[in-house]
Amino acid sequence: MNGAGIIKGMIETARNFAGSYHDSKRLTTVQYPEEKLAPVENARTIPFLVYDGGDAMPGLRCTACMICEKECPPQCIYIVKDQVKKPDFVGKMQMQPKVFDIDISVCMSCGICVEVCPFDAIKMDQVFELSTNDRFGGLLLNKTQLAKPNEYFNKLHKTEASEIDARRIEEKQKAEAAAAAKAAAPKPPAAPGGAK
Amino acid sequence: MLNEIAFLLLASLTLAGAVAAMMLRNLVHCALCAAGAFAGLAALYLQLNAEFAGFAQLLVYVGAVAILIVFTILLTRGAEIQPGGTTASPSWWMGVPVGALVAACLVGSIMSSPSLLRLPSQNVQAPVKSIGEQLMTQYIMPLEAIGLLLTAALLGAVVIAMREPPKSEPAAR
Amino acid sequence: MSGLDQIFVGIGHGLAGWAPASVRPLVAAVLEIAGIMAVFGSCFALTTIVERKVLGRMQNRYGPNRVGPCGLLQPLADGIKMLTKEDIVPFSADKTVHFLAPLALTVPVWLAFAVLPFGRNMSAIELNSGILFFFAIGSASELAVFMAGWSSQNKYSLVGAMRAIAQMISYEVPLVLSTVPVLMLAGSLSLNDIVAAQGTYTFGGLARWNVFTPWGLAGLLLFLIAATAESNRSPFDLPEGESEIIAGFLTEYSGFKYALFFLGEYLGLFALTGLAVTLFLGGWHAPFQWLEWAPSWLWFGIKFGALIFLFIWVRATLPRLRLDQLLNFSWRFLTPLSLINLLVAAAWYWTGAWKSAAAPPVRWLLCAALIALPYHWLGQALRGASPPPRKYNYAE
Repeated sequence: MNGAGIIKGMIETARNFAGSYHDSKRLTTVQYPEEKLAPVENARTIPFLVYDGGDAMPGLRCTACMICEKECPPQCIYIVKDQVKKPDFVGKMQMQPKVFDIDISVCMSCGICVEVCPFDAIKMDQVFELSTNDRFGGLLLNKTQLAKPNEYFNKLHKTEASEIDARRIEEKQKAEAAAAAKAAAPKPPAAPGGAK
Repeated sequence: MLNEIAFLLLASLTLAGAVAAMMLRNLVHCALCAAGAFAGLAALYLQLNAEFAGFAQLLVYVGAVAILIVFTILLTRGAEIQPGGTTASPSWWMGVPVGALVAACLVGSIMSSPSLLRLPSQNVQAPVKSIGEQLMTQYIMPLEAIGLLLTAALLGAVVIAMREPPKSEPAAR
Repeated sequence: MSGLDQIFVGIGHGLAGWAPASVRPLVAAVLEIAGIMAVFGSCFALTTIVERKVLGRMQNRYGPNRVGPCGLLQPLADGIKMLTKEDIVPFSADKTVHFLAPLALTVPVWLAFAVLPFGRNMSAIELNSGILFFFAIGSASELAVFMAGWSSQNKYSLVGAMRAIAQMISYEVPLVLSTVPVLMLAGSLSLNDIVAAQGTYTFGGLARWNVFTPWGLAGLLLFLIAATAESNRSPFDLPEGESEIIAGFLTEYSGFKYALFFLGEYLGLFALTGLAVTLFLGGWHAPFQWLEWAPSWLWFGIKFGALIFLFIWVRATLPRLRLDQLLNFSWRFLTPLSLINLLVAAAWYWTGAWKSAAAPPVRWLLCAALIALPYHWLGQALRGASPPPRKYNYAE
């Protein structure tokens, strides 16, 4: 019949109109900034540095190995090694960065720095409200601004963080067991009459 | 008193529109002033209590004929006439005696007409109903003749607009 | 009841009574004008925000909801924006005509409200040929569209203006023809008489509105389609489609002049809606006799609002028509149907003399069939008139 399509279309829009008052499927707007969509787990914007424990600078996982600086495609990471060493989570002394700058206006969110880091020290963050009115230094984040706790990392990327945490606990236990075994190992028998 | 003032105002507006339609250089301006003259004429009809004639004048002349005129100006090359030239032709002095002759004929026939001696009738009513009745009974022949003429004009317009050469289609193969 | 019904008339008489007797008609006229401008001006402002919100809801989103509670102060923000924008006139534009075009559009449209009866005793002028006045005034606004398009000296504006005028002229024919059955059966051109002719009640207290007859229903649909096209509204908004031709004949207008065009278009819509309510929906009469206690202007307002909602609903639903589809639709479908509607109205009138008890449904079905069959055939003819399937020379 002529005009049947028009009637069907108008019924659909009427359903949209009536449904938008009580059905959330018919009104899908998220009114930013009052409401925000929850990001998915693998969303990524800029990198951040993970630290364990409560204190940012001693707990930083980064050992200034410079791999991420070399692998970053737009070369937005700038690292300066520190002369002072600090212990990592198993107690071994590691180097640490004195300066760790990322220019987030250059960063292209590729995630290569995360892929190549051997120490799980740099991970992708999900913040996107990064605009600032400081044209010159506002988009250059330093070590303190980039450091975020492990609990934050757990909140963002739950599966990855729990897997990393499990691994680190295992390694720590193995290291402690090795240290305890070494400490409890029988001392070499006193050489009768000196070294052979 | 108010009637006379209104008449003078409307008549001067109509005349000004008509004179402007003649004398302006830009052809589209002339067409728009002519539309203004039509509207002034409609207002004069309304002042004479001829409601149907006044509104029909607006509907037909301003709503259709004026648009027809502007379309004609645009679709032909009237709009490209140089606006710098003067509207008077070089042999304007020949038009003066012709114009005087025409004016003398018109004025003479109007002044000697017996209508000037008749008193204006009071409360003339020309409701649409009586116009319709007259059209359907006494003036049925002119009505049908006009209908025939309009149909012929419409058919002619369709034929003129429809003339596309049909032989272009096989040539495209 | 009667007091609330005649409240505006009473206020008008009271205020005019304070003026000296010689200028009393003038004061009464000024009061009527002020009333119409106030009501329909605020109706325009309200319609812009209601339209945006209803369109939004039909498109699964909120409309504007930031400016006031539920966005109701948005017209105020829009008004401030329009009034403070710079008024740009192109260098090579024809300044007089460019200036006069918005006025030439808006003034005739305001005039058209003078004959509409908004309630009992509430039409500003009582003319014997009210409908003729309405259509005459409406046709004067087409010249303004041409003036706007031509004076901008912009070839896209000119093309847009030509298309707009072609559309408006094509749809004037079904617009006027669809109202002729109403005039035939009411026997008068005066809008007050037409409303009075729909004031009687039949079985069950249902009013004898024109829309409850076959020719009235068809006439209302034809009139509404033609009215949508006359006010350049979607799906007939090719002249001002933003993705087609920027803004068509409105391209070179900014600021207050654009606001005047906008106002003129919406007022044209309101005038045509008011006429549709008057001619087909019984004007200010209530639908049932036991509802007559409500004020007459309230009934007019309710029907008016329902039709405006219908226009907004159609805008949200249908895509835009192309120019050739638009013109084909008018000349090959609407015009023949409105002519056939005249015959159906004549058939209804003659079968009104039947006296048997089974007469009303038989009459209704007979007249409905008389218009439904041509509707079907004309629709088929129109669909068959689409261009033949494309022949691709290089894609085989």
